[in-house]
Amino acid sequence: MSDLEAFRQEIRAWLEENCPPEMRQPVHDEDDICWGGRHFQFKNEAQKLWLTRCAAKGYTVPDWPQAYGGAGMSPAEAKVWREEMNRIGARPPLSSFGIWMLGPALLKFGTEEQKVHYLGQIARGEIRWCQGYSEPGSGSDLVSLQTFGEDKGDHWVVNGSKIWTSYANKADWIFCLVRTDKANKYQGISFLLFDMESAGVSTKPILLISGNSPFCETFFDNVKVPKQQIVGELNRGWDVAKYLLGHEREMISGAGGGDRLTTIGAVLNRAGLEDPLLRAELAMFDVDALAYGAMGEKFLDEIKVGKAHPAQPNMMKYAGTELNKRRYELLMAGGGSASLEWESEASDGGSRARGWLRTKANSIEGGTSEVMLNVISKRILDLPGA
Amino acid sequence: MPLYHTEDQAMLADTARQFMADEGAIAKQLRHFRDIGCKDGFGHGLWKQFAELGFTGILVSEADGGLGMGHVEAGIVLEEIGRNLTPSPFLTSAVMAASALADASAELKGRYLPGLLSGDSVFALAIDEGKKHRPERIATRAVRSGNGFSLSGTKDFVVHGSSADMLVVAARTAGADDDAEGITLFAVPRDAAGLSQDAVRLVDSSMATHLRLDNVQLDADAVIGEVDGGREVLSRVLNAGRVGAAAESVGVAQGSFDMTTTYLKQRKQFGKLIGEFQALQHRAAHLYSEIEIARAATIKAQQLLDAGSDKAELMVSVAKAKAGKAASLAVREGVQMHGGIGMTDEYDIGLYMKRDRALAEFMGDMFYHADRVAKLSGY
Repeated sequence: MSDLEAFRQEIRAWLEENCPPEMRQPVHDEDDICWGGRHFQFKNEAQKLWLTRCAAKGYTVPDWPQAYGGAGMSPAEAKVWREEMNRIGARPPLSSFGIWMLGPALLKFGTEEQKVHYLGQIARGEIRWCQGYSEPGSGSDLVSLQTFGEDKGDHWVVNGSKIWTSYANKADWIFCLVRTDKANKYQGISFLLFDMESAGVSTKPILLISGNSPFCETFFDNVKVPKQQIVGELNRGWDVAKYLLGHEREMISGAGGGDRLTTIGAVLNRAGLEDPLLRAELAMFDVDALAYGAMGEKFLDEIKVGKAHPAQPNMMKYAGTELNKRRYELLMAGGGSASLEWESEASDGGSRARGWLRTKANSIEGGTSEVMLNVISKRILDLPGA
Repeated sequence: MPLYHTEDQAMLADTARQFMADEGAIAKQLRHFRDIGCKDGFGHGLWKQFAELGFTGILVSEADGGLGMGHVEAGIVLEEIGRNLTPSPFLTSAVMAASALADASAELKGRYLPGLLSGDSVFALAIDEGKKHRPERIATRAVRSGNGFSLSGTKDFVVHGSSADMLVVAARTAGADDDAEGITLFAVPRDAAGLSQDAVRLVDSSMATHLRLDNVQLDADAVIGEVDGGREVLSRVLNAGRVGAAAESVGVAQGSFDMTTTYLKQRKQFGKLIGEFQALQHRAAHLYSEIEIARAATIKAQQLLDAGSDKAELMVSVAKAKAGKAASLAVREGVQMHGGIGMTDEYDIGLYMKRDRALAEFMGDMFYHADRVAKLSGY
């Protein structure tokens, strides 16, 4: 037996013993997702147990070093972990922007002290993070951001506001882009971390077309941030931001798995598919979805060994989000008038219609599809003037 | 297994890329043999070179004198063939017929494999009946006769049929035309009495035939695999041909795309390089994504086939459909973005469009395979 095969057996046995049956069910609702954090309300004991057991082994972040709360798995081992999780339909023990976004940035740019402190908290699900990037006047043109941190010796005083801050009202800490030099556009931004309970921080949820409020406006009124809470060098936060955006795009692309990669023809067929043209559309969609699934696997394999083009996450984000929008258009069409229901019990509170509307943000958040195409043109295709 | 090439595979890719760019180039092969009106539509010299490099033995087991490699390796060669539009009988002979012969009797292997390995023989497949690929329905009959069988029926789109020394013919030995079972594959020599072929040149300058079997008498030893049990061999041959065609399509798409992006960086209009226009940039970037995804689907299908996975069947159809879709977009955008010169015979971009059309039909187009994906998924 190869080492990897032995590892697979070990993982399989551990999962068999430790993954509670409730955690092997598909995720239905938002509250089936474990986000962790100071104020997180576990839906049930199984959810809490699953997090605790995984965190103890470093399995919430399997490929992070053990010193920072991970399990230190190699790329090949991490792939085995994902495959074995998928095999039994296990839910991720912990989902968080700390894992997907801040973590990779800290691993690359953080000091040793920061890594031990913050990464450990993330891995154990103790602190829930949000991301302070977009501002009311800075959407696609992110670098024009205005939130300002005034140098006060051993700390900054931050003033300004952010928008589209995902779950800011539920987060414990924020990683935030703050202008620390007004004279330099790109090299005048710093990447700061601070507690959302700091004096002067307030949030206001934004009601979306889906009827839900996953995003907030976030306001900073003379918020004091100690100098040691900067990641990377002063005024070089854009480098960190860009690196992190790659991970954000990877996350939104769904490359790591999740329901947006799955096919839908068989699902809709069970509810009765009588329209041959709809069936044809579904078949063409399923081809694209399965092909994109292979792309996601290839992308993850390549990124682990440095074979992926550095701008490839932009392509994944573009293709993945456009695919997910198409998926929901077809789910709505397949569901017919039943998918229009907004509040009924049968529709689970209008989950399909709300989900459909939510997907429209996929190709806007984290860089619009149009921006992604610009980046591909410039950085991958090297087209002139792009 | 990670979805990228191993070191050995990357080395093979380098060899194939260099070789095909030098020896298989459009001017040297496709245009040359087209312009002299070659009745084969490809050059035997290049086919011999394929053999010298070992390409023709990629899917032949080591025990049978080949390299014992898999569909990933065959796909590496096919992608380069696609990129250079290199006309060759590689897909029909070294991929499809070789897959058929893999489980054939020692007698048949001894008769045909040496010619394949040396590059002296060319093989073709006689599967399709009618204008569209529909191998679920086989009406060509083989009835017991004397020591063997007598075959009668007609076949279409027999690529390289008139150049082939041997044709793998799918015929029905039992059941009704639409039955899944009752199929038998035969190795039919080119000079078999009662076999006639009507050769036609196709849009991409390749040659195919309409084939007629009129009481063709074959000995029992011409049977590949089991009598009435040919569906399994046929499946293997079809999977090999489909995933191979997908790889070639990815190459066609990439070749067309590279030519087009190069042009976008050279051609000026309104005082600007046309590649500066966002209308073209976004279309090029979208096309890039589609080709990348098609390549990923194709390598996934190749790996699953090589691993003998029960998911291979589904992924092969995904790959053929997706690669066909991406290549079709690549050649249409290619001609459009080249503008007027894209319509001229002098420029190669139109040749990509023609090859894509022929490859799209070969072994089932994207509609056939999307339908198959639906059926395999239970709807």
